Amino acid sequence: MSETSGPQAAHAVHPAPQGFVRRYLFSTDHKVIAKQYLAIALFWAVVGGLSAFLIRWQLAWPGEPVIGSGLLPEAFWDGDSWLAQSLQYGSIPAEFYNKLFTMHGTIMVFFVAMPLLLGALGNFLIPLMVGARDMAFPRLNMLSVWTLAVASVILLISFFVPGGAAASGWTAYPPLSAVPELSEVNWGQNLWLIAVALEFASFLMGGINFLTTTVNLRAPGLSLFRLPIMVWFQCIAAVLFMLSVGPLIAGAVMLLLDRLAGTSFFIPSGGGEPLLWQHLFWFFGHPEVYVIMIPGMAAALEILPVFSRKPLFGYRLIVYATFAAGFLSFIVWAHHMFQSGMDPRLAMPFSITTILISVPFALMVFAMIATLWGGVIRFPTPMLFALGVLGVFIMGGLSGIFNGSAPADIYIHDTYFVVAHFHYTLFAATFFGGFAAIYYWFPKMFGRMLNDTLGKIHFWWTFIAFNATFLPMHLVGLGGMMRRIANPLNYDFLQPLQPLNVWISISAFVLMLGQLVFVVNFFWSLVAGRRAEANPWQANTLEWSTASPPPHHNFDTIPTVYRGPYEYSPPGVAEDWLPQHRPLVGGPAATA
Amino acid sequence: MLRWLPESVSTFSGDIDALIRLIYYTVGAWFVLTFAVILIFLVRYRYRPGRRAVYLPGNTLAQSAWVLVPGLVVLLLDIGIDIYGERVWEAVKLHQPPAAVQVRVTGKQFAWEVLYPGPDGRFGTADDRQLNGELHVPVHQVVHVTLGAEDVIHSFFLPHLRLKQDALPGRQLTVWFEATVPGTYPLVCAELCGTGHTGMFGRLIVHTPEDYQAWVKAQWPSS
Repeated sequence: MSETSGPQAAHAVHPAPQGFVRRYLFSTDHKVIAKQYLAIALFWAVVGGLSAFLIRWQLAWPGEPVIGSGLLPEAFWDGDSWLAQSLQYGSIPAEFYNKLFTMHGTIMVFFVAMPLLLGALGNFLIPLMVGARDMAFPRLNMLSVWTLAVASVILLISFFVPGGAAASGWTAYPPLSAVPELSEVNWGQNLWLIAVALEFASFLMGGINFLTTTVNLRAPGLSLFRLPIMVWFQCIAAVLFMLSVGPLIAGAVMLLLDRLAGTSFFIPSGGGEPLLWQHLFWFFGHPEVYVIMIPGMAAALEILPVFSRKPLFGYRLIVYATFAAGFLSFIVWAHHMFQSGMDPRLAMPFSITTILISVPFALMVFAMIATLWGGVIRFPTPMLFALGVLGVFIMGGLSGIFNGSAPADIYIHDTYFVVAHFHYTLFAATFFGGFAAIYYWFPKMFGRMLNDTLGKIHFWWTFIAFNATFLPMHLVGLGGMMRRIANPLNYDFLQPLQPLNVWISISAFVLMLGQLVFVVNFFWSLVAGRRAEANPWQANTLEWSTASPPPHHNFDTIPTVYRGPYEYSPPGVAEDWLPQHRPLVGGPAATA
Repeated sequence: MLRWLPESVSTFSGDIDALIRLIYYTVGAWFVLTFAVILIFLVRYRYRPGRRAVYLPGNTLAQSAWVLVPGLVVLLLDIGIDIYGERVWEAVKLHQPPAAVQVRVTGKQFAWEVLYPGPDGRFGTADDRQLNGELHVPVHQVVHVTLGAEDVIHSFFLPHLRLKQDALPGRQLTVWFEATVPGTYPLVCAELCGTGHTGMFGRLIVHTPEDYQAWVKAQWPSS
């Protein structure tokens, strides 16, 4: 122990617990908890992906039995198993289709994106990047991941209760979601509300830890403006989440009371107001998309300087721009409601704030591009995925202008144009950002390298198939195809779009198939990957100053920080990098 | 890309299409520009042995100008789109010209009910007439549609007229349109409304003046 005073002293080094249960199950170690979040996210990604498969199957070939369903005997489909009840002789009825897209959205936003980008990345990186031995509240951390586990089990059970899972969309607009007779879903929707509310509680506890750790447990010398962007963005995301989620937790309780206790908060026949839910939902919902977006962008912002060997361009500008975007995210929510029946005079003010939000994000994108200028750029897999975030997010940001403009939204609202748009933004953050982060920090997390060749195959496969899937989806939307319809062939005016729908579905299947490359690489590298050194990418931030994987107590000696996180190719230093914790002895740069 | 839009057949549909076109060309130009710059940078500054990267933290105002100035351009374009959009929004959703034809449309699981006031022009009288899923209107006449819903939220969507408005239970909202081309067009529900959502649609029939008179005569023969 080198430190004797300050907040770090409270975090004395103690040995790792030995038993399996304390070490891997009920662990208070942020690194183990991060892996638990990662496991939860990857599990749900599979379920979310399967639901997407069925959705796309139905939209390409409505009513056709799902491929492979013919392998099961007739007797099975006559039976009353869950599968036989959900799929009618292998084909997808509208009731089940509604459940599929409802659960796909819920799972991908709340149970994949957040556990991956906040739970796994935030938990793993914040203590290591600020030079702490663990989170400020390790037991609260354990409670947060186990609350998510309970929420996951409840959500999973909701598929199998009588009436099946929720079917009122991930936004759960009442009265459809408030009255069981209207949606023909009873306990599925109740469990959905409970699971989502528990998920919120889980990430509230996580956010408290992120903020407290960052504020109190930073290594000596690590001033706020020497923090890596990842830590900044995790904290901004935590604040956005905390300030926005309260109204929706209240809303969820009110909706549950409407369903179970006979109240009428949202049911007009009892004097309630359905639009109130939409305000509560989107007051949370819009900051929420930035809660996901920002850590995904942060992964790219961490990786771009490392493989360009250049400082991140405009570090403070990026932090301030994100403050601005975070602030604006609280006054744009009604852009989801332009056609909802709220006072139409409100539309233009919200349209202006919405379109204004393009400015901070544009600054962030320009700063990323400026980081590339004059660099010495290499293209290992993490860099490819980071560039993927940049490219895909530009596309998603630009298509957002259409939706943000209230009059254009009259036509585009609730069409596939919107679906295409938010997949360009959220897929960019969750999967391109998430994969960039996994390829980049896997060596630190597991002590082994992922295979770079497989990684590159995975990237190009994903990048090409992603665009083949979602680029034409804009056209389907412009053609007028509505979201959430189970059968586009019902509509004469959508018939000409059907070849595009088939193309999109096939591309989506190719996209999903490509993820097998990652799964193989992940598990193969876990046991047989090349052993990682402490700092395989020659990166500056503190997590690379300790072993891979880090010891239970993270740092044998708490490092002292001398500079910002992105000092690449600084003048007066022979190497093209200068870690945050390395003191300079002599030389002209010592005083710089 | 814009040729995918369905035929445009109302007085304001051209304005909405023009706005979509304006945004399309604006963001299209940004798309080409940013991707060109990124690709040039990636090729030009790729790793070559012996070269050292430029040390450029971008933390002075002079350096930040490289991102602040394009950011300012984005802001100006945003304002332009907003100003243009404000006029269109005002025309479609805020200012309603006086009605030549009034009808009530009510969404319910899973159909559109269309109620005509009849020759006396008043709802709630004996000559009201209800049609299921068929909205008949004359061309070049301002139509006011008063929207309501019986059970859950539905969304009244006329793709070819570029008109969409949610219909809320417990509330009446009025929208307007003036069709410019006679014909039959889809009327669909754009808000998830339950298991039969995908089957909830009707037709908008835009009549020539003579056809409309004939249709009215057929509906209310006594008047």
